[in-house]
Amino acid sequence: MNLLEVKNISVKYGAIEAIRDISFTIKKGEILTLIGSNGAGKSTTLRAISGLVKPAGGQILYKGESITGLAAHLIVKKRICQAPEGRGIFLNLSVEENLDLGAWAAPKEAKYADDLARVFDLFPRLKERRAQNAGTLSGGEQQMLAIGRALMGHPELLLLDEPSLGLAPQIIERIFDIIRMINKSGTTVLLVEQNALQALQVADHGIVLETGKVSLSGLASDLLNSDEVRKAYLGG
Amino acid sequence: MGIGVEFVQHLINGFSLGAIYALIALGYTMVFGILQLINFAHGEVFMLGAFAGMYFSRFFNLGAHPSFWALIATLFFSMATCGVVGFIIEKFAYRPLRKSPRINVLITAVGVSLFLQFSGQLLFGSDPKFFPQIIEAGHGFSFGEIRVNTMQVVVMVISLVLMAILQTIIFKTRLGRAMRAVSFNHDNASLMGIPTDKVISYTFMLGSSLAGAAGVLFGLIYPKIEPLMGSLPGLKAFVAAVLGGVGNVAGAVVGAITLGLAEEFLVGYVTPTFKDALAFAILILILLFKPTGLFGIRRTEKV
Repeated sequence: MNLLEVKNISVKYGAIEAIRDISFTIKKGEILTLIGSNGAGKSTTLRAISGLVKPAGGQILYKGESITGLAAHLIVKKRICQAPEGRGIFLNLSVEENLDLGAWAAPKEAKYADDLARVFDLFPRLKERRAQNAGTLSGGEQQMLAIGRALMGHPELLLLDEPSLGLAPQIIERIFDIIRMINKSGTTVLLVEQNALQALQVADHGIVLETGKVSLSGLASDLLNSDEVRKAYLGG
Repeated sequence: MGIGVEFVQHLINGFSLGAIYALIALGYTMVFGILQLINFAHGEVFMLGAFAGMYFSRFFNLGAHPSFWALIATLFFSMATCGVVGFIIEKFAYRPLRKSPRINVLITAVGVSLFLQFSGQLLFGSDPKFFPQIIEAGHGFSFGEIRVNTMQVVVMVISLVLMAILQTIIFKTRLGRAMRAVSFNHDNASLMGIPTDKVISYTFMLGSSLAGAAGVLFGLIYPKIEPLMGSLPGLKAFVAAVLGGVGNVAGAVVGAITLGLAEEFLVGYVTPTFKDALAFAILILILLFKPTGLFGIRRTEKV
C-alpha cells in the first residue's frame, strides 16, 4: 500500500526553482532514501511534505488524501514527523523540554511517560542528560535528540534529513542501526542523505535527485550496483 | 534628613518607577523574542490600559470607595482590554506581514503607534484626564525616618506578583515552552505540531496585558493621563529592554529597574532637567559599547 504519494511537485524560492516535477511513492513499512549532492533539492522535498513550503505545483497524497498546502503543524498531527536539517534542536531548552515538545502533537491515547522511557531506552545518553540544556550536547547527542523528539510524536512516517551530517563514523553506524530498529518496529522512513553508500545499504528503495529533478530511482540494491550511482556518489 | 535616609528614599522611588518600566519592557522583549520585531505601538497599549482603567473605575465609581479589591478589579479589566487590543494589533497589522522584510513590519509598528495615539485623542479628547484614586493612599509606612507611601508599595508588590506569574508561564507551562521554542525557530516549532500563529497571538496578549497593568499602576502614581502619555514611557521601556538585552525576559526587568534608579538618582542628586534625556544617553552608550545589552547573547546561525 502506498503511504505517501508525491506527484509532480515543484517548489520555487522566488524566481528560483528548487525542485521540479518530482514524483515518487513510499510504501508502508519501507525505508526510502533520497540521495543526491548538495543543492539537489532533497531538503526542499522534505520541507514540502512537512508543509514548511507550499509547492508551486503538484500534489502530495498521504494515505490517499491530499495534504498539499496544509499547515505544518496540522501535517504533524497526521503522524508525519520530521527530524529536520541541522537537527533543529531548541538549544535554549533542556533535553527533556525538547522531547516534551516532540509529544505536542502525539495522539491522545499516547502515554508521555511510556514514550519517554522508550526514547531513553533507544538513547540512554539522553536520559543521563535529560535536565541539561540541549545546547550543551555534542553533535551526535543532538542528532539522537532530534530523532528521539520526532519519535515522541508517534510517527507513521518519519522524515530524516541528513542524520549523519557532521558526525564521527562510529556514531553514524549507531544512528543507522537505530534507523533500522525504528523501521523494524513498524515506522515507515524517508531518509535524506548525502552519505549514499550507507543510506542505500539500509534502504529498500532509493531515489537520486540531481538539480531539482529525479534522475534515477529503483531498488536500493540495484542503485548500489549501478555504474552511474557508483561514479557520482560512491567514489567509483 | 540624613544622607543615608535620603539615599534609601531615592532607592525606593527608583524601584517603583523601574517596576512600571519593567512591566512595559517585558512586552517589548517578549514580542521581540518571538518575532524579532520592536513593537513601537506597545507604549500606546500602555496608554490604552490607563484609559481602560480610568473608565472602568469611573463607571463603577470606584474613586468613592477605594479599596484593594477596586484596584484588583480595575487591573483585571485593564489587562483583559489590553490583551484583546494586543491580539487585534497582531492579527490585523503584523500577521499579514509575517513573510515581509522586517523593515516593513517596523514601519507598520510606527504607523500603528501613531494611529492609536491620535485615535486616542479623537476618542478621549486631548486634554488630560484624572485617574481616580481607587486605593486609599493612607499614611503609608514609616521605618524610622524613611517613608514609603502606599502607592509605591502597591506598585512594587503588584509588579512583582505579575512578573512571578509571567516567569511561571514562560518556564513552567507548556505554552511557555512553546513560546520559547517558537522564539528559537518558527519552522522547527511548527514541525513539533505547535500552532505558531496561535503562540504568537498569546505572546502579544500576555505582553499587552502587562502593559495594561502598567497603565493602571502609572495612573495611581501620576493621576494625569492623556492619549500621548504612552510614547515617553514606551520609549524608555524600549531602552530598558535594549539595556537588558532585548529578547531576554530577566534582562528586561534588570534593565528597567536600572533605568528607574538611574533616573531617580539623577533627579535627586544632580539635576531634574535631563531626566528624560538620560534614557537616550544610556541607549546610545549601550549601542556603542555593548549592542547585545547586559544579558543578550549574540546568536550565531549554525550552518
